[in-house]
Amino acid sequence: MEISRNQFKEKIMKLVFLVTAMASIIAVIVICGFLFVNGVPAIKEIGVKEFLLGMEWLPMQEIFGILPMIVGSIYVTAGAIIIGVPIGIFSAVYLVRFCNEKVYKIVKPAVELMAGIPSIVYGFFGLVVIVPAFQTIFGGSGKGLLTASLLLGIMILPTIISVVESSLRAVPEHYYEGALALGATRERSMFFVTLPAAKSGVLAGVALGIGRAIGETMAVVMVAGNQPIIPDSILSGVRTMTSNVVLEMGYASGLHREALIATAVVLFVFILLINLSFSALKRRAD
Amino acid sequence: MIKTKDRHPMSMFLNICMKIAIIFTVGILAFLIGYILIMGIPNISPELFAWEFTTDNQSMMPAIINTLIMTLLTLVIALPFGIGAAIYLVEYARQSSPIVKIVRITAETLSGVPSIVFGLFGFLMFGIAFGWNYSLMSGAMTLAIMVLPVIMRTTEEALLGVPDSYREASFGLGAGKLRTIFRITLPSAMPGIIAGVILSIGRIVGETAALLFTAGTVASIPSSVFDSTRTLAVHLYALLNEGLYMEQAYATAVVLMVVVILINWLSNRIAKKLAK
Repeated sequence: MEISRNQFKEKIMKLVFLVTAMASIIAVIVICGFLFVNGVPAIKEIGVKEFLLGMEWLPMQEIFGILPMIVGSIYVTAGAIIIGVPIGIFSAVYLVRFCNEKVYKIVKPAVELMAGIPSIVYGFFGLVVIVPAFQTIFGGSGKGLLTASLLLGIMILPTIISVVESSLRAVPEHYYEGALALGATRERSMFFVTLPAAKSGVLAGVALGIGRAIGETMAVVMVAGNQPIIPDSILSGVRTMTSNVVLEMGYASGLHREALIATAVVLFVFILLINLSFSALKRRAD
Repeated sequence: MIKTKDRHPMSMFLNICMKIAIIFTVGILAFLIGYILIMGIPNISPELFAWEFTTDNQSMMPAIINTLIMTLLTLVIALPFGIGAAIYLVEYARQSSPIVKIVRITAETLSGVPSIVFGLFGFLMFGIAFGWNYSLMSGAMTLAIMVLPVIMRTTEEALLGVPDSYREASFGLGAGKLRTIFRITLPSAMPGIIAGVILSIGRIVGETAALLFTAGTVASIPSSVFDSTRTLAVHLYALLNEGLYMEQAYATAVVLMVVVILINWLSNRIAKKLAK
């Protein structure tokens, strides 16, 4: 009797654990469901072409074209990658091979700390430091594509540094030693032998950085200027898909609200594609 | 040793690039922390920690208390699911089974979803479909889904770190699977689980975008979990958005940053201790 009750308890708990394991599956299904059910009808009503390729976003006149925001997100992300990836890779190589223990013990926790600082604090920093600085250097409002790219470039640094660092460490030591033995300098060996060998890990880091940058909201909304037009210079204001949602969701209703949800759907699809390429790259790196 | 640098301009260039990069990385962090501390600390005054929030005194005390409640509620919801899922993945499932693969893929997907998308989803599901409007509860549910993959991953790693000999010894003494999990495996994995929990607290405290349209921005202490609240990070955003309260914003940023730095430091320390 006692034994069968124990067995019953074991079976029940196994089921309970299985159910909790399903939580993440259910969450993904429900998130997709709610976003698509609420967003896709709006895209149909507005028209796929008008929505995705429309140049004008005028909610008062029921004109909803999000091309400026899609282009804005891509520009800002590209800018962040151009700034963040080289700095991240150089820093990672330095951490792996060129710094002594003492420096590493200071820099490594600093990089980890950088990853933990909330995006709203980065946004605040951008607003009170980078924006006024760019105002004096370049004139104008100081808010725009360049400001947002720089801030995002800084924000993705810890991601890139830690992924690149671990993939560099995974490259067998004799690659580096072999290059040294052939007479290459330490720098040449790292950058032309070890780094290429860690290529897929580096690309995975970049993909992760792209995902962070394109999904970032609070920091971008404070420094990007937020004009819903395609920027014509790196100093002009830009609005990303994420800021479009944050700026207008608070008061939107009807088709306007649905158009904002549809904006998030487009963003979500972008993110899924980036994540897919990230996991593909990671599998290749392993 | 030959001074290779002098003979290879390319190597010298790369070396200088690395130094500039690392100085930029560390420098920008030091500048950010230093700037906010220097500008913010003089603005911290006792009035900012008054119990009541009024338009004259933008006190952050209610926001601090709301942040605590939000963190607790989120963890209460997320922990059983995160830890339970990790237990299933490590202790019960065969690693090759399709369920494990799907759970891993979905958890990875969840951790890549931007917080604004979580916020919008929470608004649609908890706010509208469940009829909870802007409330502590919809905020906590949204955040719970957001930190779920973090808790799952760290718990899983901690459980995998428990040597199999512990489990075998427990079975050998006649304990059942369940007793082994709760008496042996989980307690041994506890430091790792706690490090993950602290990491999640950092995420919850720093989160803004996911809370704007779920928990809302009401700046007082809620009387029930179905009232709207504003956490410290949302408080900072609201102050900046109004643009009238820069001094209070600086002070809030200091408190927020110091709390998050402490949380991360604590999490790292525990994780490092484990690695030894």
